[in-house]
Amino acid sequence: MNSILEISGLRKSYGPLEVIKGVDLAMKPGEVVSIIGSSGSGKTTLLRCINLLEEFQGGDIRIDGQLIGYKTSNGKRVALPERERAKNRALTGMAFQQFNLFPHMTALGNVTLGLRKTRGMAKDEAVAVAEKWLERVGMSQRKNHYPIQLSGGQQQRVAIARAIAMNPKLMLFDEVTSALDPELVNEVLNVIQDLANDGMTMLLVTHEMRFAYQVSSKVIFMEHGVIAEEGDPKEMFHNPKSQRLAEFLGKSKFQ
Amino acid sequence: MDLSAFFVELANVWPRLLQGSIATVTVSFQAIAYGSVFGSLLGLMIFYGRMPARICGWIYLDFIRGTPVLVLMLASFYIVPLAGLGLSATGAGILALSAFCSAHVAEVFRGGLAAVPPGQAEAAKSVGLTFPKILFYVLLPQVLRQALPAWINAAVEIVKASSLLAVISVPELLLTTQQIVSRNFMNAEFYLVCGLIYFAINLTLSKFGKLVEKRLAF
Amino acid sequence: MNYSFDFVPIWRNFDTLLYGLGIGLSLAALSILIGVVIGGVVAFGLVSKNKPTAWIAGLYVSFIRNIPILLVIFFMFFALPQLGIRFSKITSFVAALSIYAGANLAEVFRGGLQAIPKGMTEAGMAVGLRPMQIRLSIIIPLMLRSTLPSMGNAFISLFKDTSLAAAIAVPELTYYARKINVESFRIIETWIVTSLLYVAATFTIASLLRLFEARLAIKR
Repeated sequence: MNSILEISGLRKSYGPLEVIKGVDLAMKPGEVVSIIGSSGSGKTTLLRCINLLEEFQGGDIRIDGQLIGYKTSNGKRVALPERERAKNRALTGMAFQQFNLFPHMTALGNVTLGLRKTRGMAKDEAVAVAEKWLERVGMSQRKNHYPIQLSGGQQQRVAIARAIAMNPKLMLFDEVTSALDPELVNEVLNVIQDLANDGMTMLLVTHEMRFAYQVSSKVIFMEHGVIAEEGDPKEMFHNPKSQRLAEFLGKSKFQ
Repeated sequence: MDLSAFFVELANVWPRLLQGSIATVTVSFQAIAYGSVFGSLLGLMIFYGRMPARICGWIYLDFIRGTPVLVLMLASFYIVPLAGLGLSATGAGILALSAFCSAHVAEVFRGGLAAVPPGQAEAAKSVGLTFPKILFYVLLPQVLRQALPAWINAAVEIVKASSLLAVISVPELLLTTQQIVSRNFMNAEFYLVCGLIYFAINLTLSKFGKLVEKRLAF
Repeated sequence: MNYSFDFVPIWRNFDTLLYGLGIGLSLAALSILIGVVIGGVVAFGLVSKNKPTAWIAGLYVSFIRNIPILLVIFFMFFALPQLGIRFSKITSFVAALSIYAGANLAEVFRGGLQAIPKGMTEAGMAVGLRPMQIRLSIIIPLMLRSTLPSMGNAFISLFKDTSLAAAIAVPELTYYARKINVESFRIIETWIVTSLLYVAATFTIASLLRLFEARLAIKR
């Protein structure tokens, strides 16, 4: 089976500071991979590189076989024009820690924007697709509400619908529950679990160890810009190979 | 555009431009001084005064701020002689500019007073200071520091508005420039020079304000 | 001071004054529309990563904001024809007002742009929008919304500045007031009524704008 995501030798630095030091990762359709690790380990940066929200200096990222962000011309690595990159970005969907809903649009407006402007759908079609996904995340009752009128959990569910309505090959979740009050975390996790059960290919950065354990087909432990350990969640959580992972899991109070 | 002719002419008229600039600065300075004193008192009155005084203060503010400066200036120019005050056109202009300035300053001053946390006055009261002392030693220093940037902005507005004295025939910078170009027909060149002089005056004012602000910072 | 008030000559000309007020409002409305466009374009120049663009935009804004508007009006009216560019009185006046409003609004919009969280752009990018689409659908609407009160103030001060049209003999409220003043010699009456008309107009505009803002606020 072909890989949905294929990363080889990814390197990324901010000036002299290298934050990703050679990462290789492949994901098959339907796989759910969670990235864990302490803050500053490069896990969020990795996700942002995949969505081309960050430049990266070395390595390739392929989505569904398509090389994204850069091309090689005359032996030199050149950035693709912004127009091409916009198309690349639409291959993946991204849910952010801070939701980033557009405050001047309703829930429905937030979801239809990309469908109309990027996918070129007619209004009726975009609304139908958006309504289907808002229903799916349990937000169809509030489709005409503005973000300010929604709770954090509700906003995040709309943000997930906005990303997934684009029919991406791969969904990226960047610490989507970190900014939420504890009692609102579960409604969002349930939505993600539901999507996983449905066979969506997903890559998550998360601090919810229990959830990572439950939902993932594979877990990646990142440290200092490299993948320090990866494998089956049961194996990793119950018998961590490295001392570092054991310590990290101990601190995260995963029992 | 003939550059050499322009420089010859500039060499001829620069003393007049200097005179005009000095007139602009003098008039603006007087208006800012009178306006600031009156505006501060007005600000105090609106913030601490009794209801009738406050209402009068607000009516004055809204009236002055709602009226264009040119209308204030023309009104002052035509009405003041009737009152037999014996003010020159320059005096009438300064009066109008001071009124305009006072409205700006009163608003700035009131805002500054409102921005001082109430705990400050309470703390001063609790060590036994009387109201005038609280005002002078505790509140005003904080208000002045906080309101300085807005006050400098008001001063820049006054320098710009002083150009309206040209309309009532007071030979400040703009009218001087008009007189110069009406003789040499170098409109574009000398209006640009005039603009550069205003730009220089106001930039100096802003830079000076920044300097004082830094000095006063705590 | 011995002055007997007589408002009759003013009331006789009241319709002329109202007409002048209408001219002033129309001039201000036209200028703010053009000014918003200029200000928007220049604001993007101010925050541009391209150094020369940012520098030129900055020079325009700081130069215009530090010179009297009457000078801009005179430049447009007297100097441009000398350079071979000829406009009607009204066109050159509207151009001057628009250039002036553009500089002030550019500064306002810059603040608005800088206050928009980076996440808004990123969320737009994440759904595959191109930079121009992000600007049009997300950045500009957010910027206009957050700067609405400042735009209202800009409109009011622009309306007051239309009084300067009198200086190049464009007939509006101040021009007619001066004319009535000179013809009737009812000096105090003329200026009281004129001033009250301006105050009433600015007050009405301010109230309407506040109402409009409140309307928009509920929707957010």
